Amino acid sequence: MAVAEPRAIVIKGATLVEDGTERRADVHTVGGSIVEVSRELEVPSGAQILDASDCYLMPAFVDLHTHLREPGGERAETVTTGSRAAALGGYRCVVAMPNTVPAIDSVAMVEFLRSLCGDALCDVEISAAITVGRLGESLVPFRELAASGVRIFTDDGRGVQDDALMAEALAIARELGVVVAQHCEDESHARGGHMHEGRWSSLLGIPGQPSSTEEVMVARDLRLVRELDASMHFLHLSTEGAIELVRRAKAEGLRITAEATPHHLSLTHAEVATYDARFKVNPPLRTERDVLAVRDGIGDHTIDAIATDHAPHSPETKDEPFDCAPPGMIGLETAFSVAYGELVARDNLRVAGDLASRPLTIADLVRLFVTHPARIARVSGPSTQLIGAGNAADLVVFDPSERWTVHLEDTASRSQNTPYANLNLTGRVRHTLYRGEPVVIDATAQR
Amino acid sequence: MIDEMQEPRNLVSIEDLGRDGILEVLRESETFVEVASRRMPKVPALRGKTVATVFFEKSTRTRLSFEMAAKRLSADTLTVDISASSMSKGESLRDTLETIDALGVDAIVMRHHSSGAAVQAARWVKACVINAGDGQHEHPTQALLDAFTLREAIRSARGTDVEDLDGCRVAIVGDIRHSRVARSNVLALSALGARVTLVGPSELLPVSVEGWPIEAATEELDAVLASTDACYVLRIQHERMADAGLSDLREYRRSFGLTVERARGLAPGAWIMHPGPLNRGVEIDSQVADGPNSLIRAQVRNGVPVRMAVLFRLLGRSRDIEEVIGDGRG
Repeated sequence: MAVAEPRAIVIKGATLVEDGTERRADVHTVGGSIVEVSRELEVPSGAQILDASDCYLMPAFVDLHTHLREPGGERAETVTTGSRAAALGGYRCVVAMPNTVPAIDSVAMVEFLRSLCGDALCDVEISAAITVGRLGESLVPFRELAASGVRIFTDDGRGVQDDALMAEALAIARELGVVVAQHCEDESHARGGHMHEGRWSSLLGIPGQPSSTEEVMVARDLRLVRELDASMHFLHLSTEGAIELVRRAKAEGLRITAEATPHHLSLTHAEVATYDARFKVNPPLRTERDVLAVRDGIGDHTIDAIATDHAPHSPETKDEPFDCAPPGMIGLETAFSVAYGELVARDNLRVAGDLASRPLTIADLVRLFVTHPARIARVSGPSTQLIGAGNAADLVVFDPSERWTVHLEDTASRSQNTPYANLNLTGRVRHTLYRGEPVVIDATAQR
Repeated sequence: MIDEMQEPRNLVSIEDLGRDGILEVLRESETFVEVASRRMPKVPALRGKTVATVFFEKSTRTRLSFEMAAKRLSADTLTVDISASSMSKGESLRDTLETIDALGVDAIVMRHHSSGAAVQAARWVKACVINAGDGQHEHPTQALLDAFTLREAIRSARGTDVEDLDGCRVAIVGDIRHSRVARSNVLALSALGARVTLVGPSELLPVSVEGWPIEAATEELDAVLASTDACYVLRIQHERMADAGLSDLREYRRSFGLTVERARGLAPGAWIMHPGPLNRGVEIDSQVADGPNSLIRAQVRNGVPVRMAVLFRLLGRSRDIEEVIGDGRG
């Protein structure tokens, strides 16, 4: 029996962007690997050609913060639909959040979820909860979970409220060399608020949660990290004050990392004026000052990574009064376009206060979408480094000139709760290669 | 001829009306005050129209007032009792409203405990939506009847038919932060030229008043009372007290209640208003609520004609008002 030839692909005409550099190159992949990178490649017979003229070619992205909703939330998303959305967004790996039903808080649950990920269109890095059932009462079996391959622990959706328990988690994580990622929300400050407390919550009569909700927990955690000589990752920072705390702590030398979401760098609480629950998210959309602070934090490396916090919710749950609807937005399919439009091209800006500062480059985005998140999630493989022969063929082709409109009916995610519905975005992921397989061609998922 | 012009579809917020719309409602309200004084206080203005009152929250006066207004306009009324409806079987708000809408009602008068519920309802249904209170957002018909009542008092005091509330100093006192009545009144009274000051303990004032058309928000009740033309006292909700960290009602009464003693500090002739129901002895003393300068009964009385005007504006637009109300002799 003849052995099938491994798939061969040539990506033609791209501008290759790695961490820090740009150059014109064609890339030849065979099977799951890159075999040749050169300025002008001869196309071997039988190879599939992917046109990338006037496009950027980058290592495919890593998302630190994805809710795949399986098990328990299959009405909103599954591993298959979520990973398809990820592939369309240019991702080759997503970190799945453990706030499923039931929560991922035991080796058995990790193994069960792993068994669902075989056909995913990207790698799924499984994270586990910090506390059993995410109830904030007792720690999960960290050692067992770490031994089973879990590298990230988070109660995301909730912060660990109990100071002593958080200290214990940080100490164990330090010993095991795993990451604790905190959703910073002090519930005594949040008081069940449904949006940012300020101008718009007052006008709309919606109970708000103040910025202190995030900031007091960031401050507490920084203190614990300092005392224990631990390390940790801050999820979805959204306030000026929290970003300033992290900035100072980094200057002090604490081993911390931080992420911000596309929506917190592009949208403000004014969006809530229509009471459309698509704009309900936690942490909430905040003020223009906060949006600018997020962008400043990205610019000066206080924020290491852009992460989606892709949080699908089925239409009927979002079609409820604002205070009854669950918080969360989908983001995998739009994240890179939003970041590119807001931070690099700087068109479509809804918050335009920082135009005096330097725009980012496409190479900065590679750092924010690939290099740093891969390092934070400890998923650093060859493909996260350079696009070179011998490395894995996890690649994304991005067309910076394509302007497109986000249509709800076109989402690959099973849910439609995007805040960018009917908005025009700049730049679009055209092709994605995952382990050498073209899972996305011309912005269309291939399976 | 059916009027092809863009008709107002809903009354969700005072902002749906604007100054001109508010003045129009007040003008038509006067017509309906006259109707109410007739021996047969009923007109065929909305014959054949159906008005559903859909209340997800307890209410006596607002609901009665709307139903009475609808009946006096000869509309048919449906009273939807939500506790007995399928909401208790887990049906969503949207499905509940769309079901009522599908029956073919012309207007849904709705009260709901969520801020913005009426805004969403207006996107979901074909019927006109009239907001009878949505969470802490708005209660526009309350503000319209308050504006009407205040203008009536000014007219009677000055003996001249002023058009609006130009220059009238109004203090709204109490739990502004959680009050839909306050939000609608700030918008309506200021649109008519009144100068509105908000007074209350800081924990019950809005977190931010950016964008609020007011003079000030302050804790200094006595200073404000001395220079106000109308003191609008809000109901204190017991369940909010614990939320706001207020120790007890006695403390509130002492600091912010319109007691007999404090009312002596009011500017001479200042009117007293309250949206009801009253907590006598808490936010207001009986002697003040029932005193000669109180407009509280007039507010309730004006609720019906003002709501008639709102219903007529939304449902009877293609009909000529003079024609449908007749001259009362017919």
